[in-house]
Amino acid sequence: MLSRTASNLFWMGRHLERAETAARLLDVGARITLLPNTEEGYRNEWESLLRASGAQNDFAEHYGDRINQENIESWLFFDKENHSSVASCIERARESGRIVRTALTNQVWDALNTAFQELRQLKARPRAELDTALLTDFTTRHGATVRGAINATQLRNDGWHFINLGYSLERADATSRLLDVKYYVLLPRVEFVGSGLDNYQWQVILRALSAHRAFHWAYGGEVTATKVADFLILNGESPRSLLTSLYEAVWNLDGLTRRYGESVPSTASVSARKTLEQLMARDIDAIFDEGLHEFLSWFISEISVISNAVHDDYFSGRM
Amino acid sequence: MSYNEMIESGEVRPPYAMLSDWVASMPAEMRQMKQAEAEALFRRIGITFAVYGEGGDPDRLIPFDMVPRVFMQSEWRKLERGIKQRARALNAFLRDVYSRGEIVRAGRIPARLVYENAAYEKAVVGFVPPRGVFSHIVGIDIVRTGRDDFYVLEDNCRTPSGVSYMLENREIMMRMFPGLFRNNRIEPVDQYPELLRRTLASVAPAKCEGAPTIVILTPGHFNSAYYEHSFLANLMGVELVEGSDLFVDGGFVYMRTTQGPKRVDVIYRRIDDPFLDPLCFRKDSMLGVPGLMDVYRSGGVSIASAPGAGVADDKAIYTFVPEMIRFYLGEEPLLQNVQTWTLWKDDDYKYVMANLKDLVVKEVHGSGGYGMLIGPKATKEEIAKFAELIKANPSNYIAQPTLALSTSPTFVAEGIAPRHVDLRPYCLCGDRVELVPGGLTRVALREGSLVVNSSQGGGVKDTWVLTE
Repeated sequence: MLSRTASNLFWMGRHLERAETAARLLDVGARITLLPNTEEGYRNEWESLLRASGAQNDFAEHYGDRINQENIESWLFFDKENHSSVASCIERARESGRIVRTALTNQVWDALNTAFQELRQLKARPRAELDTALLTDFTTRHGATVRGAINATQLRNDGWHFINLGYSLERADATSRLLDVKYYVLLPRVEFVGSGLDNYQWQVILRALSAHRAFHWAYGGEVTATKVADFLILNGESPRSLLTSLYEAVWNLDGLTRRYGESVPSTASVSARKTLEQLMARDIDAIFDEGLHEFLSWFISEISVISNAVHDDYFSGRM
Repeated sequence: MSYNEMIESGEVRPPYAMLSDWVASMPAEMRQMKQAEAEALFRRIGITFAVYGEGGDPDRLIPFDMVPRVFMQSEWRKLERGIKQRARALNAFLRDVYSRGEIVRAGRIPARLVYENAAYEKAVVGFVPPRGVFSHIVGIDIVRTGRDDFYVLEDNCRTPSGVSYMLENREIMMRMFPGLFRNNRIEPVDQYPELLRRTLASVAPAKCEGAPTIVILTPGHFNSAYYEHSFLANLMGVELVEGSDLFVDGGFVYMRTTQGPKRVDVIYRRIDDPFLDPLCFRKDSMLGVPGLMDVYRSGGVSIASAPGAGVADDKAIYTFVPEMIRFYLGEEPLLQNVQTWTLWKDDDYKYVMANLKDLVVKEVHGSGGYGMLIGPKATKEEIAKFAELIKANPSNYIAQPTLALSTSPTFVAEGIAPRHVDLRPYCLCGDRVELVPGGLTRVALREGSLVVNSSQGGGVKDTWVLTE
């Protein structure tokens, strides 16, 4: 397979996952605007979310401190200036798909192209007709359709591994960044830890990961920091946990290593496996002892090391 | 009066007999439904094209007319012989002008037109590509003016586009109107990709070991013909590469793959000569492959069409193609050229300038219906403006009479009406010279219009050859 083809498939997966992350942020962002406007306002929550997605300055540049539903929707869903907005991600995923059209089945292309065409129609509609629920539903629905078409129709070949590698690494990255929100929210207000407000924020994070109900199924009872963090970091049943995402990345890298044999370097596979082992060696108490933020920073940098290794191993077409 | 391919002396001609009933029996609602279906299919498949410099929707559809254009087999065989003859002569010419230049020495073609031609590529002088073929896909634009009168409008020896429409138009017609195909014996065209692959494999370089690795080289997904590039790559089962996917090492060309470098033997390039190799041609080219030409000249890779093939297809050389056929093949041309005035000759210049309102004037290197004047359709001001352009650089232009292009029945708002058409068949040259029975019929959808280019409001039709 051409290196460029592999790279486009990988980034198609990443952008599709990223679009869903943006939609989840949108959901949470909209919810935050419904909170009572206290002395501090809800800006703190909102900024922490933006900071998690690495975009607080960009947002401020465009909208200043006008944090309202319409601006949040514009930024997270429509805005082309925001490279992580739903629209940007769907357009890029479709562009990648178009470039490697021949590596996709008709069903996958159809699903991707339909998402893109409907996005264009959506953009043309008056904003008053669009509510947040419609936009998030749009994103998750199309995301699921594309995902389903990939699973149902793509050959289980190297291309399939690259798409899924993109999905899983992006998901690992997104979940750790969302968890890191806590760090920014709570940093100046240590006294809130364990308070009602603290727990409410953890719930917001669960919601942002569409894991609200799943959490209750898995743990029941009260939402506590330890339980939520355990669920999102170390629970192998949780579909978006760091463990699950990384495990899937390792599985796909192993698939490539098996397929390509020894002549192709497998530094990405080795490095992903090492990170997985280090992750599994921890329990949640150890992570809190170490410091959640420190742990997450380590994990995010590991994911970036693995992504770079994927690039070196497979996309550079090295001699 | 232009020739009506369906109706002659008040009677429906045999090739259109069945279609005439089919058209008459289709209710208007049905037609609209089918037209919408066809459009949805095209959009779904993703066959769209972008028009350079027009802006607007980058995913525009080329209009598709559902009434096929039909040839009887006997008509086609005649055309086929003429097309193959022309393709052979053009390749013989290219072989000649990059070696001894016999045709120039014999005084049949002025040296200036060949050796000072912008498309003449000094970098390949003395090099003979595998099987002596320079132009592997020759697209020959043909117009009809009478029952037996066919003229060649121009030759395309570089990278003629549009073959994907020939194939998709047929696919869509078969899908929408299977009955038409059951009840008629229409010669298939879907073997084209396989023939193209075989043709390209047959010109693999001598250094190639085993089955040749073929790739299509595209300028990228922003190119208006990108769909066609990926379509052909898919049907041939070869990789679609961009310049950055290829690199040169130790006298060979490799592509970057997930399993390391893989050697490439034949490149079907869809980028122009100047962009092929920044070390040899345009230094600012980001599309090409540095060092490609050295590998090419040392026989490490084949390029189709060969760099320099363009010298055979500009509009100045065009006037000499009948001469080439006599010179190299010792045959009389089976297809005629359109009478052409070359403006660098004084007599021709005087005649053309005095008769601009009746003539079609084209740039020697122009294409796509740009940079041309259609005298009878132009206003006085447009003619005066164009005359200034000609005066500034006469040798940049040729002129031809306004041809009465034949018409083929076409769906229009009021029902069915004759519209002007041309034809582009795609002749393949490798170890053999081959042609699939069909081509791309382009139709000028505006009433009275003679311009069939898709960039100027033209559409396309399926083209049938009926077995008798």
